[in-house]
Amino acid sequence: MALKIVKGSIDRMFDKNLQDLVRGIRNHKEDEAKYISTCIDEIKQELKQDNIAVKANAVCKLTYLQMLGYDVSWAAFNIVEVMSSSKFTYKRIGYLAASQCFHESTDVIMLTTNQIRKDLSSPNQYDTGVALTGLSCFVTPDLARDLANDIMTLMSHTKPYIRKKAVLIMYKVFLKYPESLRPAFPRLKEKLEDPDPGVQSAAVNVICELARRNPKNYLSLAPLFFKLMTSSTNNWVLIKIIKLFGALTPLEPRLGKKLIEPLTNLIHSTSAMSLLYECVNTVIAVLISLSSGMPNHSASIQLCVQKLRILIEDSDQNLKYLGLLAMSKILKTHPKSVQSHKDLILQCLDDKDESIRLRALDLLYGMVSKKNLMEIVKKLMLHVDKAEGTTYRDELLTKIIDICSQSNYQYITNFEWYISILVELTRLEGTRHGHLIASQMLDVAIRVKAIRVFAVAQMATLLDNAHLMTGNVQRKGICEVLYAAAWICGEFSEHLDNPMQTLEAMLRPKVATLPGHIQAVYVQNAAKLFATVLKNQEGNTEGTAAQETSQLMIDRLPLFVQSANLEVQERASCILQLVKYIQKLQQKDVEVAEEVIALFAGELNPVAPKAQKKVPIPEGLDLDAWINEPPSESESEDEQPKAIFAKEETKHSRPRHTEVDEKELARRREVRKQEQASNPFYIKASPSSQKVYQEAPGVDHIPVVQIDLSVPLKVPGLPMSDQYVKLEEERRQKDRADKKKKEKKKRKEKRSGRGKKHDSGPESEEDITPAHMVDIVTEEMPENALPSDDDDKDPNDPHKALDIDLDKPLADSEKLPVRSHRAAEPLKSPAEDGDAESAASQEPKKKSSKEKREKKKDKDRDRKKSKDEKKKKKHRHEEKGEDLLGSQADEPVVQSEETSEVAAPPASNTAEVSDLDFWLSNAPVPSNTQEAATLPAAVAAPVPETPSGTAPDSEPDEPKDTEPEETDKKSSKHKKKKQKKEKKEEKEKKKKKKHHHHHRHSDGGAEESVQNGTVEEEEEEPLPPMSNYCLLAENSYIKMMMEDADQENDIQGNLQDGSQVVVSVIFENKCDSFLKSMEFNVLDSLNSKLQRAEGSGPHDGLTVPFQLPPVVSNEARFVFTVQSIVMPQKLKGTLTFIVKNEDSSTHEKLDFKLHFTCSSYLITTPCYSDAFAKLLESGDLKCSSVKLEGVIMPFHHLLARICFHHHFSVVERVDSCASMYSRSIQGHHVCLLVKTVSEPVKLEISYNQLLCLKKKKKKKKSVLSDCDLDFSLSVPLPPSLFRQ
Amino acid sequence: MIKSILIFNNHGKPRLIRFYQYFAEEMQQQIIRETFHLVSKRDDNVCNFLEGGSLIGGSDDKLIYRHYATLYFVFCVDSSESELGILDLIQVFVETLDKCFENVCELDLIFHMDKVHYILQEVVMGGMVLETNMNEIVAQVELQNRMEKSEVSPSATLKDHASVLTSNITVFISLVADLRIAAHISDVASDPNRSDVAVDVVETTDQSELSRPSS
Repeated sequence: MALKIVKGSIDRMFDKNLQDLVRGIRNHKEDEAKYISTCIDEIKQELKQDNIAVKANAVCKLTYLQMLGYDVSWAAFNIVEVMSSSKFTYKRIGYLAASQCFHESTDVIMLTTNQIRKDLSSPNQYDTGVALTGLSCFVTPDLARDLANDIMTLMSHTKPYIRKKAVLIMYKVFLKYPESLRPAFPRLKEKLEDPDPGVQSAAVNVICELARRNPKNYLSLAPLFFKLMTSSTNNWVLIKIIKLFGALTPLEPRLGKKLIEPLTNLIHSTSAMSLLYECVNTVIAVLISLSSGMPNHSASIQLCVQKLRILIEDSDQNLKYLGLLAMSKILKTHPKSVQSHKDLILQCLDDKDESIRLRALDLLYGMVSKKNLMEIVKKLMLHVDKAEGTTYRDELLTKIIDICSQSNYQYITNFEWYISILVELTRLEGTRHGHLIASQMLDVAIRVKAIRVFAVAQMATLLDNAHLMTGNVQRKGICEVLYAAAWICGEFSEHLDNPMQTLEAMLRPKVATLPGHIQAVYVQNAAKLFATVLKNQEGNTEGTAAQETSQLMIDRLPLFVQSANLEVQERASCILQLVKYIQKLQQKDVEVAEEVIALFAGELNPVAPKAQKKVPIPEGLDLDAWINEPPSESESEDEQPKAIFAKEETKHSRPRHTEVDEKELARRREVRKQEQASNPFYIKASPSSQKVYQEAPGVDHIPVVQIDLSVPLKVPGLPMSDQYVKLEEERRQKDRADKKKKEKKKRKEKRSGRGKKHDSGPESEEDITPAHMVDIVTEEMPENALPSDDDDKDPNDPHKALDIDLDKPLADSEKLPVRSHRAAEPLKSPAEDGDAESAASQEPKKKSSKEKREKKKDKDRDRKKSKDEKKKKKHRHEEKGEDLLGSQADEPVVQSEETSEVAAPPASNTAEVSDLDFWLSNAPVPSNTQEAATLPAAVAAPVPETPSGTAPDSEPDEPKDTEPEETDKKSSKHKKKKQKKEKKEEKEKKKKKKHHHHHRHSDGGAEESVQNGTVEEEEEEPLPPMSNYCLLAENSYIKMMMEDADQENDIQGNLQDGSQVVVSVIFENKCDSFLKSMEFNVLDSLNSKLQRAEGSGPHDGLTVPFQLPPVVSNEARFVFTVQSIVMPQKLKGTLTFIVKNEDSSTHEKLDFKLHFTCSSYLITTPCYSDAFAKLLESGDLKCSSVKLEGVIMPFHHLLARICFHHHFSVVERVDSCASMYSRSIQGHHVCLLVKTVSEPVKLEISYNQLLCLKKKKKKKKSVLSDCDLDFSLSVPLPPSLFRQ
Repeated sequence: MIKSILIFNNHGKPRLIRFYQYFAEEMQQQIIRETFHLVSKRDDNVCNFLEGGSLIGGSDDKLIYRHYATLYFVFCVDSSESELGILDLIQVFVETLDKCFENVCELDLIFHMDKVHYILQEVVMGGMVLETNMNEIVAQVELQNRMEKSEVSPSATLKDHASVLTSNITVFISLVADLRIAAHISDVASDPNRSDVAVDVVETTDQSELSRPSS
């Protein structure tokens, strides 16, 4: 026994470690595989030992072998063992191995959950760090779900080292478990302002990564990022932020306007090229989003282009490359500014670096004009000849075609030239783009009618010399061109000079070596040619010639009938029979040509590529429905052969019938093209080194041409494109000369008249007229085509799941799953024992910390149990969700408590949007903006801290949460005056805090609610007969109508009381049952509270003091206390009631939302014009104006509306101009000047220092919108808040 | 996001591979081969960016690489990364290696792949840049190394062996006859690249002798 142990340990001593393994492998170069396999055997032995050190060593070696390409997944379990070692050394080895070879389908991963959790909470920061690093590589959806909460806790770890890792890994967690995004986001945002730059940079990194995919959800963070951008000095962070802004600006042009100045400053000041480059990039993005050419922006463009030119001229190839890359972005919107650097770009085309040449090629696309197209293409053709390596040559080819065909052949003045270019391109060896050339040929021939004669002649020559292309199987790519050639010759055969010759060329035996689909086209078009030939010959009254032609067909077609390709076979046999029949007729001297021609009569129209897609689906057509029920299993065997046949069919779907209508034909061509593109066997011919065309230098390689030629051969009849360039030049000169003559004449005729506009430039674009009037047929679209051109996003994109609205308040069901025990239950679902422990639910946060402690104690509890609990919890969440929908009402009291938790977040979405608007509309003065930026940033955090299981230290707003509750209690005791004082003090405190702690984002959560807290009142007004009542909520039992707090009666009293608003609600019983025990409850926000009866808790409802018999309505009033009237607010509320009829009674509930806008806080106060004038003179008021368009109603009507809905009074009115006045309940003056300037009503609004006004955009279009101003009272904000 | 980090030498031999998205081993090797093929045919004086290979990522991706003496450092990144930034990052990484290994050369990477990984883990995590400050990276790596040393103090394992050795010298001798040990020694000794192998062996015995009195 002892000996065994000894032997084991000595073995161990001589175990190979990683270095030995590497050495060994290097020494066994000749039989490496064998050596490694023995090593793997050794490793397997080592893994069987109990000693963890040995195992770790073995795993370490496996990691190395994995790098060499050996599958080590068999050791996954051992890796987990090593990971769970208590020693950091081994743990690290284990995690490294796991990160290298674990992936989502590694099943042992699920064993690691607890181990990882343990490591995450290890007191040793490096244990945690190593676990986080490992986890970042192999996190699975399950792990993400189970560990999300732990990682979130780590985001507030004391060590920045852990914080930054935790922040980074959150991105991976979000990807795998998108539900975690919303609960974790507030904390992530907090980390943007972490004191440690590393953590900050990590947070920026993650948010940028998130925002890049779904930018619109992150617009609200723009102010915060803006602040970071202006304050940060870390170039890494700056680059990330600037890149992020590049993604955001397309969504919000105003953001771009704001950015331009700081960005241009950066461009001027920075010395870091990387930063400069990113700045330029983002400025470009901004300029693209601000499509309007504002004058000062042309300066920015110039700056960008200038800087880029410097980059491109730099000797550093990297900068050159990036400069070109950025240039191509400018090109899209500002081609003019790029075109001036044409020289530079053409120069780059000659660069030795392929990447740079490719970039320069991209730019060429936008540089061409009618004038220089030929010149540029000529240059490119030279490059094509010179280019080595097929990829670059292919790239050139596609670029040439792209450049020429762009915007519907806009720049081509001479199509003969273009066709000859295409023909020249067919000489390219081994290109993959034969189909591209083919489709261009087809497209041009079909759409440019004038070119057909020429095209047909060219194609006939191509067909004649087809052997040059078919010589080699590897030239498959290019022989696609023959497809086009054959089709063009057939279709437009009437233009052929010598159709007979072409026909013969098409029926050569060699053709049988072509790919099937080309043969099929050959056969089909041979028939068309045949028809033409017959017609010619019959016209010449040479009966014998016609018969000879038929004979030729009959002789040659059997070759195709034997083809292995079904398509070819079918067509050939069909046509063969047809020709035989014709021959019979000919022998009887019957004239058949006309009838044969009729087979192929008709004009073809081009069809737009997306036409098929856009054909609307006829009503009642369900393509997914079975036409016949699917066969049962037993029949499947019989179906087999059919299926194969069908497959074969689709592979070569081309026009099958002789008389297919033209559209069909064209469409099928499209289909074929698509299939070719997707069919791997089709175009991907491996590049051949064989040169086939005579003009190419390596002539002797051509297998077909037997004669050894030292002089390049000219293919007879194949024109050189150069010759057309010359011709074109001449023509243009002539044109110009002509024009000048004409102009001279004209000038003579009318000397006094101003010169023609287009005469300004000596060679302006317009001067170049196309060689022949080209009728470019536009592509056809189906009638009532669907307009949508929706880009199809990849449904598998993991980022799609992260498209989550982050501004919405967090719902209860969204909390992260916490591994917790029964003791923690009350927090998660107060419904369970809320009655018993109402106190518990009042202080959920304290509880959570308790829970935390408990969790730690029970950490080692067995896993299964916790899992079960999780399931249960989930279930409960679902139940709760139903409750919230109001369908069940078993425990009404508890429910209201639940809702109170759910709806606690006070800030509404609109408030936020308007904040962003506010920030964006702000004057771009840096100092100003910085201050302003903090506010929206704070407001942008409406989501409460995830209540579950968060660490107590991460809840800075905890005490503040309880504060308002206390005040609330006091208020319910009607100690109003005292309360008022307190509130004022509080408010002041908070204001102060706000001033002094702008940067302390951590208390944003609390502050934000303070600001948001609003006086409440109803706003949504109904239709013209002006009434303040609006529908609040309605179900089958009851209808709630809400009246704006009566401005006449109650507000006076309110004024004295500080801030109180009375809301009248009309309850209307809609059913025929008796409604009783109505309880009205609203979720208090931090500063808007429902005044409740003395002694009742903050979650208790108010009993409505009446019952409702069927079809009766009554009105109840509710008083709300308000602290700040800064912003509009929505409050959520519930009405619970009992429906009682003869036999039963049910408990029902109805949810509603109270919407309070700022104009609700205004009180109609009369004001005399002299007082009004004084007020204006005092200078205390800040001024701003807004223009409203599309106001249709008469002016007096408008005034009436403003008075009625927004509680203003008219001070003075002169014609179409009126001044109005109002006061807020806190005594702010608001003056309004309404002017009508013809149509748009202009509102000029003055207000005192504490008041800001805002126009709500979304209301603009509603019927009443024209005067539906949303007034928002805002504390120390700068003015100029209006925007259109 | 960084999609993958590859280090290979002028002959395409991988020295470190790190994929931030899963590929089977075979695919990984193919990617290395393809990347090597793309990168190796480029001159040293052309730009360091390469539009993505066919195997990894989509059109959004770029290969950004640097060539140091015998090694290529290739980062495959998507468009959210700044090209010049990544070039800097590679520089930071290499300089860090240089600090940690003291005059780093290919051999260091060959024999200490694990250590290189640990250093890389402090620079990039899960495809995102974790730290760019070299001093911070080096500090963290050193701290972890120190921790490792304290855990695996030389006495821990060697002492065991030593005690076993002294008391069971006969077993040892009988085992020396064992082929495995002989093979091992030949492995170790015949490595042409490491003349210090002999020293390695000597050290081992030295240490065991040193620890003898203590046991």
